[in-house]
Amino acid sequence: MIELKNVSKWYDEFQVLNDCSTQVAKGEVVVVCGPSGSGKSTLIKCVNGLEAFQKGEIYVDGTSVGDAGTNLPQLRSHIGMVFQNFELFPHISVTENIKLAQLKVLGRSDDESQQNAARLLERVGLSDQADKHPAQLSGGQQQRVAIARALAMDPVAMLFDEPTSALDPEMINEVLDVMVELATDGMTMMVVTHEMGFARRVADRVIFMDEGRIEEDCSKEEFFNSERGERAQIFLSKILEH
Amino acid sequence: MNYNWDWGVLIREPYFEWLVSGFLWTISVSVAAWILAFSLGSVVGIARTTNSKLLRGIGTCYVETFRNIPLLVQMFLWYFVFPELLPEDAGMWVKRELPMPEFTTAVVCLGLYTASRVAEQVRAGIEAIGQGQRNAGLAMGLTPAQVYRYVLLPVSYRIIVPPLTSEFLTIFKNSSLALTIGVLETTAQARQIEEYTFQGFEAFTAATLLYIIVTSTVMLLMKLIEGRLRIPGMISLGAK
Repeated sequence: MIELKNVSKWYDEFQVLNDCSTQVAKGEVVVVCGPSGSGKSTLIKCVNGLEAFQKGEIYVDGTSVGDAGTNLPQLRSHIGMVFQNFELFPHISVTENIKLAQLKVLGRSDDESQQNAARLLERVGLSDQADKHPAQLSGGQQQRVAIARALAMDPVAMLFDEPTSALDPEMINEVLDVMVELATDGMTMMVVTHEMGFARRVADRVIFMDEGRIEEDCSKEEFFNSERGERAQIFLSKILEH
Repeated sequence: MNYNWDWGVLIREPYFEWLVSGFLWTISVSVAAWILAFSLGSVVGIARTTNSKLLRGIGTCYVETFRNIPLLVQMFLWYFVFPELLPEDAGMWVKRELPMPEFTTAVVCLGLYTASRVAEQVRAGIEAIGQGQRNAGLAMGLTPAQVYRYVLLPVSYRIIVPPLTSEFLTIFKNSSLALTIGVLETTAQARQIEEYTFQGFEAFTAATLLYIIVTSTVMLLMKLIEGRLRIPGMISLGAK
């Protein structure tokens, strides 16, 4: 489904991604973790072409992301993405946020988009907020709307870029619950997160990144239960202490 | 001070008509120039926020040229120098056949100058929104143009209602400079009344009041519009 081959990226002289290769199979849930500045967010943004990369290849559903001839908007329209800061559009209602790309990108009718929005809001438990504007919702609610908005495009895969990092602690679980449900439904997911509980529950594989390099790429059992490399050990001991 | 006050001069023939006509010219120049400034300024401002180096470069050149030359100098350049720089036929046409030459020149000059200022406001409004919103739009498959249309511009124009109001008030007051190339707008008419009647205090008081009436009306109107466009739940749009 998603395949990265020897991806490298530089900001001028500074190398942010160093020869990263991995893949996410259909239905697989892959958690990407690592210390801040390790390149995990950059890596996930390369997958749908929000960040350019200078070397290597990325394929999503057989389409090359880095190819100049690729129709990026079309490719992105079936990869859902959820951001750290939700990024709902503040000037339109929650329902309109979910309808926008259905109308403008997929060309669905107003009725169909409306029905999808209602169905997805119910799925994330926010039917009663349908007509509110994003700023009237809590962070956790906004992130659930953002997930519904991404799902409205019937994506073949979902990318999550630290979806709970900007949330107050008491709101993290409501978002993780929605994500766990998605994972159990068989959605292909690539998730940048520090939530190791989430990783333990639903991840198939865990990728650990450090200094732009993929240091570990293994099943979650191996990652949590066996001896890992030194950097991964240090990282894990730091975040699991609490 | 030995001065014969005569407020009656303001409603006497033909001075009243002069003031009315001047006022209408002021409004016409301002509104026409604003339409030009707003449209062109939006295009230039947007160009400066795109990924294209060429578009950004053109936008920057435009802004730096037009906002760094004094408006009065620009007025003279357009009126006296520009026709001479054109090929002979075109120059001739501008000098002889351009409809309402003073008015048109004033509108073009004021419009192009103010466009550079509007462009900066538009750019600031878009940049205040940040990369995250742009990415969110792109990630769902919107084209860059659609991201501007549906995501960035609706919010950025709301953010810049106050500075744009200020720009409109400025263009309205700057329109008085059109008198230097012969547009008989409010200030020019006030001066003419002063020359004919020596009642300068009355004439310029009238002109001042006319300007204040319009600026206050615009300010009130924009406050209403700003309230209407307010996004529910948001205290300050720019703060995000």
